[in-house]
Amino acid sequence: MDYHNVLTTCAYCGCGCGLYLEVLDGKVVGTLPVKGHPISEGKLCVKGWNSHAYIHHADRLSTPMIRDQKGAELRPATWDEALDLVARRLNEVKAESGPDAIGFMTSAKCSNEENYLLQKMARAVVGTNNVDHCARL
Amino acid sequence: MSAEDRLPVLREAVRALLDGGQVEGVLALRASGPGSTPHLFRPGEDLADLVLWPKYAIPKIVDLLLQHRRQPPGPQASSGVRLGMVTRGCEERGLIELAKHNQVDLGCIEWIGLACTAEERDGCRCAWPYPSRIDVGAKVEGIADELVAEHERLSPAERTEFWQRQFARCIKCYACRTVCPQCFCEVCILEDNMWVESGTLAPPFPSYHLIRAYHTVAKCVGCMECEAACPADIPLPVLYALLRQDAEEMFGYVPGRSVDELPPLVVETLWKQGG
Repeated sequence: MDYHNVLTTCAYCGCGCGLYLEVLDGKVVGTLPVKGHPISEGKLCVKGWNSHAYIHHADRLSTPMIRDQKGAELRPATWDEALDLVARRLNEVKAESGPDAIGFMTSAKCSNEENYLLQKMARAVVGTNNVDHCARL
Repeated sequence: MSAEDRLPVLREAVRALLDGGQVEGVLALRASGPGSTPHLFRPGEDLADLVLWPKYAIPKIVDLLLQHRRQPPGPQASSGVRLGMVTRGCEERGLIELAKHNQVDLGCIEWIGLACTAEERDGCRCAWPYPSRIDVGAKVEGIADELVAEHERLSPAERTEFWQRQFARCIKCYACRTVCPQCFCEVCILEDNMWVESGTLAPPFPSYHLIRAYHTVAKCVGCMECEAACPADIPLPVLYALLRQDAEEMFGYVPGRSVDELPPLVVETLWKQGG
């Protein structure tokens, strides 16, 4: 039997609460708060306490999905295929309509660093300030 | 014996238990991030990271590990797993209550009894900071919870006002329920709309917290994990300690004191059934 905890940061909002994911025989089975954590001080909200729930959830996507044409069914794809498609279409839209025809939606469930990278990509690579996300309150 | 003195003795005891080959692992605390994390140390594993503090709700994890291997799943089936665990007083008492409610089989557990230091006792305002058998550390006497004494000096009206003020801060995160080793129901009444309306904060006063409080009667051993986990710093153990006092006065029952004492509410049920 293997039981250990993995120290990580809650992905539900931007507070940055510390939590442990309980791993039992290779499967994430629970969440514990991190006592002494500088942000969360051993506390979690109801979402944090349930951070493990989506990891092995049957509805969770585990591979990219591509819709080849409007109205078609989504089909599983590789990351290379999906990223190639996104890069090609972004370049096409930018060439046809300019960079402000493109918007970047990021997420409160990403880390500060990941959000930084996305806005950098929007501004420095594509050339637009159209950056937003779900927790812009 | 200071906290530092206990550590080499504890590591030796854990090593001996692991080397004995009778257990799959020993549940203890491992240094992690700013403090510690529960961890199952396995035979041959380096014990340099084994630490003493901060404690976690270990009985809940023992329950999780023992239930994991049960075939078929169910609280009374034997898992065939033998676990070692480093056990403080509150953890031993919590496991005894879980055993009495058919959640864990104490025969599956090898204990290393750890006495808390005076500093740890004071942090938990603990009346009983040692297990029934002390293998590591030295016994320090328990103390009365000054918050309970303070509360008992209040008039009934002041008490109502006190708890109204405390529970108005509740964000209904369920941390007190989720962290509690004695909350093992598969379906929790606090998630039932009939008793606790969803989508409103704070939860209804006093029903939400009194439902939970009454469900801890004759089970809560005062491990303080609910207080540690509460984002609103509500002193829940004060309420539960008062109910513990009532149960002792009325039924002579002290949760976790002995595996042979039947919980009073179970005895009452058996009596009514003519058992």
